[in-house]
Amino acid sequence: MSQIRIQAPLSDTMIEKLTVGQKVLISGHIFTARDAAHKLMVELLQRGEELPIDLQGQIIYYVGPTPAKPGQVIGSAGPTTSGRMDAYTPMLLEKGLKGIIGKGNRSEKVRQALQNHNAVYFAAVGGSAALLAQCIKKAEVVAYEHLGTEAIRKLEVEDFPVIVVNDAHGGDLYSEGKAKYRRITLPLGS
Amino acid sequence: MRNIDAGEITRAVEKLCMEANYDLGADVRENMKKALEQEDSPVGREVLEQLLKNAEIAQTNRVPICQDTGMAIVFLEVGSEVHIDGDLTEAINEGVKNGYEQGYLRKSVVNDPVFGRINTGDNTPPIIHTEIVPGDSLKITLLPKGFGGENMSAIKMMVPADGLAGVKNFILETVDKAGPNPCPPVTVGVGIGGSFEKAAFLAKKALLRPVGSHHPQPEVARLEEELLAAINGLGIGPQGLGGRTTALAVHIETYPTHIGSMPVAVNFNCNAARHKEVIL
Repeated sequence: MSQIRIQAPLSDTMIEKLTVGQKVLISGHIFTARDAAHKLMVELLQRGEELPIDLQGQIIYYVGPTPAKPGQVIGSAGPTTSGRMDAYTPMLLEKGLKGIIGKGNRSEKVRQALQNHNAVYFAAVGGSAALLAQCIKKAEVVAYEHLGTEAIRKLEVEDFPVIVVNDAHGGDLYSEGKAKYRRITLPLGS
Repeated sequence: MRNIDAGEITRAVEKLCMEANYDLGADVRENMKKALEQEDSPVGREVLEQLLKNAEIAQTNRVPICQDTGMAIVFLEVGSEVHIDGDLTEAINEGVKNGYEQGYLRKSVVNDPVFGRINTGDNTPPIIHTEIVPGDSLKITLLPKGFGGENMSAIKMMVPADGLAGVKNFILETVDKAGPNPCPPVTVGVGIGGSFEKAAFLAKKALLRPVGSHHPQPEVARLEEELLAAINGLGIGPQGLGGRTTALAVHIETYPTHIGSMPVAVNFNCNAARHKEVIL
């Protein structure tokens, strides 16, 4: 498997180099947000107000970590299902968001918006939250503290492992991967 | 009559909450290792390796395997000769509350599904299913249910004319549609028969069986095998990134049903297939 190291926030030239199926190790700063924070951010945008964070070139990681044990930077921190954020994502891409880390299918509308905005969707391995937490070196709540696990955090990550699912060129690993290994046709007996 | 103190139940539930979230079951680990040997996809193998490595980290450091430490689903088998000293529901609530707090587990329950959606702050209430059985012991099984898989579950009130082919296709289509979302390789729980709620209950209960175990009825066991092979031919693979390991197991539970119906429910457990039991 080809593997590449990148630095966050992302530059446009870096994004263009990323292709479906690549393993990517991310270092630098990323933000966390999931359902509740997305809802609040999009409500701000709809009222014409400013977001609590500048999304220009940034990566958002869909995660709601477990509480940190004493001595830990953050608790277990794996990706949550991305599809729930589909309704909000295009508006955030318009504000300069360049990368998303999550797991699971995106809607056609989101995939199109990723391409239009030269942005990329990465999958982290769902269920590997203890391992992923070890790649997080610092964590700080920067907005919506009242949301608890759903607050927006700024993370400093080092070699955080992800795989490119939707690149800026329209590729989609979920459909390509499935087609490559598919051996049956549904419905059976048809 | 045998007396069981409510405090003992609370302590047992506390422990189950933590252990189920920290320790990948031996059954799951074994099946995942087997899957790793058989996986053709390089990305798929990498995912399985990462999951096994994660399990080691979680177990050694006593931290959750997954950040979605779930809504606690508790199955009770209460012996008819057991007397509980205290309030059983309260004892379990208290156990969940303590277990999630002391175990540094995520509190993922909101007070109302539609209005408010305020986090209850202690992961209560759990969902409790109680069965009265013969004997003088109390069996508690805890399933910390992540909702990535839960949200992809489905039920269909099929009719006799749909036949076995209809049942198979509904299950396969449900898994196919779920794709990467329930964090494959999944365990697929299937409930067939009974009524609307019975089929759903059986699908959930099927997830409590050791991963890869078979139904005692030979034709049901064969159907489990056949569906597992078909599911692993869908191409979804580990994390949905393509490959042959989409499911580690298919568990089917059945129940008699009405002459005019054939309900089928499909419930997913994620790759960690968490569940833990204790007998008091």
